[in-house]
Amino acid sequence: MSRLKVLDNVEQPARQPGDRADANPLPPEGESVALENVSTGRRLTVDAVRDKLAAAEGPEMWRSLEELAETPEFEEMLHREFPRQASQWAGGEVSRRRFLQVMSASLALGGLTGCLQQPREEIIPYVDQPEGLVAGEPWYFATTHTLNGYGMGVLAESHEGRPTKIEGNPDHPASLGATDVFAQASVLDLYDPDRAQAVKKLGRVTTWTRLADELGGALNAQTALQGSGVRLLTGAVSSPTLRAQIDTMLQANPQAKWHVWEPAAADGAGAGTASALGSPRQAVYDLQAADAVLALDSDFLTTGAGAQAYARQFTARRRAWDGADKMAATGNGTEGAAGDDTANAANGSGAGNGADREMIRLYSVESTPTSTGTLADHRLTLPPSEVAAFASALAAELGAGGGAPARFSKPRAAKWVREVAADLRSRGSAALVVPGDYASAEVHELAARINQALGAVGTTVRYEEPVVAAAGEAAGSLDELVADLAAGAVDLLVIAGTNPVQTAPADLDFTAVIEKARLRVYHGLYEDETSRYCQWMVPAKHYLESWGDAVAFDGTASLVQPLISPLYDATKSEIELVAALAGTSGAKGYELVREHWQGQAGASIGATGDAFEDSWKQSLHDGVLRAAGSGAAAAPAAAVAASGGAAGGGAGDGAENATDAGVAAPTLGTAAAVARVQAANQEDDLQGAAADTAILEINLRPDPTIWDGRYANNAWLQEIPKPITKLVWDNALLISLATAERFGLASNDLVELAFKGRTLQVPVWVVPAHADGCGTLHLGYGRRHAGRVGDGVGFDASAIRTSDALWTLPAVEVRRMGGTYPLACTQDHHSMEGRHLVRTGSLADYQANPDFVHQMGHVPTLTMFPPYEYDGYSWGMAVDLNACTGCNACVIACQSENNIPVVGKEQVLNGREMHWIRLDRYYEGSLEEPKMHNQPVMCQHCELAPCEVVCPVAATVHSDEGTNDMVYNRCVGTRYCSNNCPYKVRRFNFFQYVDEKTEVLKAVRNPDVTVRNRGVMEKCSYCIQRVAKARIASKREQREIRDGEILSACQQACPSDAIAFGNINDPDSRVSRWKEQMLNYGLLEELNTRPRTSYLAKLNNPNERLAEPRAGELTA
Amino acid sequence: MRQLFPRSSNALSRVSIVLLLGLLAGLGWVGAELSNSGYVTGEGVVLNQPVPFSHDHHTAGLGIDCRYCHTSVDRAASAGIPPIATCMNCHREIWTNADLLEPIRAAYRDGVAVKWQRVHDLPDFVYFNHSVHVANGIGCESCHGRVDQMPLMMQAEDLTMGWCLECHREPEKFVRPRDEVFTFGWEPPVPQSQMGPQLVEEYGIESLTACSVCHR
Repeated sequence: MSRLKVLDNVEQPARQPGDRADANPLPPEGESVALENVSTGRRLTVDAVRDKLAAAEGPEMWRSLEELAETPEFEEMLHREFPRQASQWAGGEVSRRRFLQVMSASLALGGLTGCLQQPREEIIPYVDQPEGLVAGEPWYFATTHTLNGYGMGVLAESHEGRPTKIEGNPDHPASLGATDVFAQASVLDLYDPDRAQAVKKLGRVTTWTRLADELGGALNAQTALQGSGVRLLTGAVSSPTLRAQIDTMLQANPQAKWHVWEPAAADGAGAGTASALGSPRQAVYDLQAADAVLALDSDFLTTGAGAQAYARQFTARRRAWDGADKMAATGNGTEGAAGDDTANAANGSGAGNGADREMIRLYSVESTPTSTGTLADHRLTLPPSEVAAFASALAAELGAGGGAPARFSKPRAAKWVREVAADLRSRGSAALVVPGDYASAEVHELAARINQALGAVGTTVRYEEPVVAAAGEAAGSLDELVADLAAGAVDLLVIAGTNPVQTAPADLDFTAVIEKARLRVYHGLYEDETSRYCQWMVPAKHYLESWGDAVAFDGTASLVQPLISPLYDATKSEIELVAALAGTSGAKGYELVREHWQGQAGASIGATGDAFEDSWKQSLHDGVLRAAGSGAAAAPAAAVAASGGAAGGGAGDGAENATDAGVAAPTLGTAAAVARVQAANQEDDLQGAAADTAILEINLRPDPTIWDGRYANNAWLQEIPKPITKLVWDNALLISLATAERFGLASNDLVELAFKGRTLQVPVWVVPAHADGCGTLHLGYGRRHAGRVGDGVGFDASAIRTSDALWTLPAVEVRRMGGTYPLACTQDHHSMEGRHLVRTGSLADYQANPDFVHQMGHVPTLTMFPPYEYDGYSWGMAVDLNACTGCNACVIACQSENNIPVVGKEQVLNGREMHWIRLDRYYEGSLEEPKMHNQPVMCQHCELAPCEVVCPVAATVHSDEGTNDMVYNRCVGTRYCSNNCPYKVRRFNFFQYVDEKTEVLKAVRNPDVTVRNRGVMEKCSYCIQRVAKARIASKREQREIRDGEILSACQQACPSDAIAFGNINDPDSRVSRWKEQMLNYGLLEELNTRPRTSYLAKLNNPNERLAEPRAGELTA
Repeated sequence: MRQLFPRSSNALSRVSIVLLLGLLAGLGWVGAELSNSGYVTGEGVVLNQPVPFSHDHHTAGLGIDCRYCHTSVDRAASAGIPPIATCMNCHREIWTNADLLEPIRAAYRDGVAVKWQRVHDLPDFVYFNHSVHVANGIGCESCHGRVDQMPLMMQAEDLTMGWCLECHREPEKFVRPRDEVFTFGWEPPVPQSQMGPQLVEEYGIESLTACSVCHR
């Protein structure tokens, strides 16, 4: 059995041009006069041709030439004898001559008939129409998106039975109406043409029944052994139904083991809180109750479980400018849902939830620039080992244990420790320390101890039972599985929901041991790297096609319901697969989920018997598991029992059994690590800057756009510019300016990283806001079998990842390779060049002089155009820069809603990315520690639009509701409008970027928005299709459009509620109130464009005692 | 020196220039006429349908209201073509053996949809919404003509953008009371010039001519 070789994909080797495998055989002798002299061999020589031509005469000569020209032999000869550069079109095997022939024929035949008559269409009604379905009107269904095991409730918009857009679920606490980039892009994965479609054994299509039989056989064989050879490897799991299935399987096979490998799991949290609190805990924060927050290498506002909720809470406390408009941590408004008043409450009838409290202050100590850091009032960059040392010193300062303060590479750090400690101490229980998901266990431990010492536990933070079954607690880890595999103890290995061959740390050498398992079954969306090492491949159902459930970061359980029948019949969901292991191979996901919630779990939500049906329907409708008749969400994950059956902590009493006694000094020798790194770097200094090799600490992080690589085949996510760096389609080693200068590196230089005997070549990218002495590398790239989109993109960081250094590689040798690699970046320009694009000021400045924002600019008033009276609606938008974290949710929501195409790396290198919203990131301040600002820029719908006056065909005109309309059918592609636009928000389809050929991708497009062809200009339209929908509904119902009824896609997706859109003719609308603020200003308003989109200046709340030195502004 | 051109060349050249200009103008006229004709717009063209459904018989003859089949006309962008089940509501009981109706019965039996030829087909870049027109008091017959007199369905108007704009610019010339929208052969009790502006006022109709009203 173990002679089984590594499976290669059952595909033929790629055809090369010139491959003569089945070239035209020579015609039989005598058949063609012209070729009779060539019968001796397949290869033509020039002499042979010359002879032949000499023998022919008159018309025969031409015939010879012609016939010659059509043959591959002639072509080959030409190439050999007369190699030419541009002999072929890049696109295919068409010669220039053939091209002209074809084109002229098409012109003659196709001709004008195409211009005259529209092609006839058929109209095909249902045979039996589903009740309530109206063609063209979308339905919305609540379901749940899962990442890293955590669930986020979403509403999926379904057109005629196919999901086209994902939106947040206002009723779900992890979403609050918003989403992250992964949920938005997940709809594209459903229609991915590269998805696995069939059950395969050894690469050959087979059936589920055969697999079920073989599994049954294998399990039977194990019965005597009590299942000791059975292993199940999954990703992180929070789904109660799946946990129950796994429990059933483990009960039937007591010696079997379940392992969890989640490449981007926050491992440190469990270990750290276990040290501090006695058992592994999950921190759940309440930022609304916090006045000061310290983020330790944490990106809690955009990454990790609950980030969207935290962003909303944070923004609510950040809005110092309007007490009445605090967005409480409830819904984000709904899209015209009939009579849903919770939305209006959230729209700012402002029970000032903290209205009278001051602006929250955020300190960020980080080793890699994060979106959270862009909103921080104070930011300190330190290498990861020093972040740990900082935490230790802070803990010591606050009497929460910790070690003696280490020597920091920055003198400021010591001052920080004192001042931050003083600030946090003065806030007491309104203070909070947030450790980063990927910080070390000791940082988590220290943070927990500090929170305890501050008294924050119970107010700003709760330590709850972990929602997700993580390795080491409820389930075994990957190391243990590898050990078992190496020992030959595994007979049946089932891998589901994780891709260990790609993502496992290199030192485990998973590919070497996996084949020791006799029977290997892989369950996944794609035939990827791991499926090639497994005999069986089971195609997975996408979550939009399956039944299931999941639990959110705060313990709220919700159901996953399908929006569409499985696209491919053979697919199975994870629950169904594990049920087969548990003995019920024919069970459907629907039945399994229902059974689970009807049973014991149902009792926990008070729904048994008759009440169950009502509760079930209510839960499906709301997207949150509810007890029948109750508006409250189900009791948190107390229902989720680990297979040890811990009773589970409920909400609230997270204060736990915190004891101050016995706080140990942190282990792992941070002081030693710091010293070692500093010593190594000093050595380099002694050797001189010409040293080729540097030693850096390297942070590994899940990629902000493709996570751990699971989304590598999702073109939308590959093309989203990463926060801060704005790189697309690649990862790179991010280093600071100082580090680059010291080691003579520049952006795009190729370097080789060496760590514990393994190497990886990556290009370098210089990021001014990065910490010195360390670098950042994102996971998930360099995949070999992701699919058409993701193959070979980027560089595989797991090649140097080790299981003892999952997130920080302490001392990596970085060697210049001497070569460059082009990295595509959508923003090369970092400086505001002296213009006040992002206007910022401190809270104190604002309170002293509320008008300071307007004094930064000047709005001209003279115009030669007569004013226009907007009698009806007049649409406008305002963007709150206090809230924008730069997370990209708006960008991808816009892409999904408006059918925006993906252009690929080469075109992005030419500056032709098509996203309608651009998130600009500016640096401000010193070169070493710049401040970062985010600013989303979309079409400003200027009243005096420079683009409207220059279109020769009036394809972009101003509507009577104030929007600048782009009329695609009129556009002829002069691009004068884009030329004239000062904001550069217009996008041109230089090529046929939209894929019109792949059938399955047609389903993901929004039918309410035109799909643009080549040669047409496009830009943000203020989601005019949503405006029109609301206008039509209001006419039908004979009423006015309500404020908050229209949510533009970007507004709806934004987790921190940074965008307001509405009728500026209505003084009570949210957008009007925002525009009345003193902080309101227009971008480039000095150009007299009169933009309808305005921005609210960014205030910060600095600690005067930590005043930062101001060096010169960043140039270029 | 011998003349190269005979005298007749003078007249010939003048005539041929005039003819050429005339020809060009003629071609232009033909093109314009062609592009406004039913060949291009589909006006007046009867298409072959799988079943020769007679609106005349079903509406005028039997008195069935438009909305019995076109159910979503007052709620959605598309008025909706009835599913086969709607046809079978009656044709389960009557004309059950008619040859003409065999495609319908076969479709219902086999679950295979019937493919009708689309008569009113606006270009894909036009987003037309039925419900807002119905809500604003535009009768079915204003755009679709006397469907109740059509033995076979055809397009009664040319449905060009210019034609749409006639009403969009001056809705008062075409608006009718909401409860008369589904009436065929309705004549205004008082002259349209009187009633129209009143209705426009009452229904709050704006003359919407911005591009984004229809082109998104």
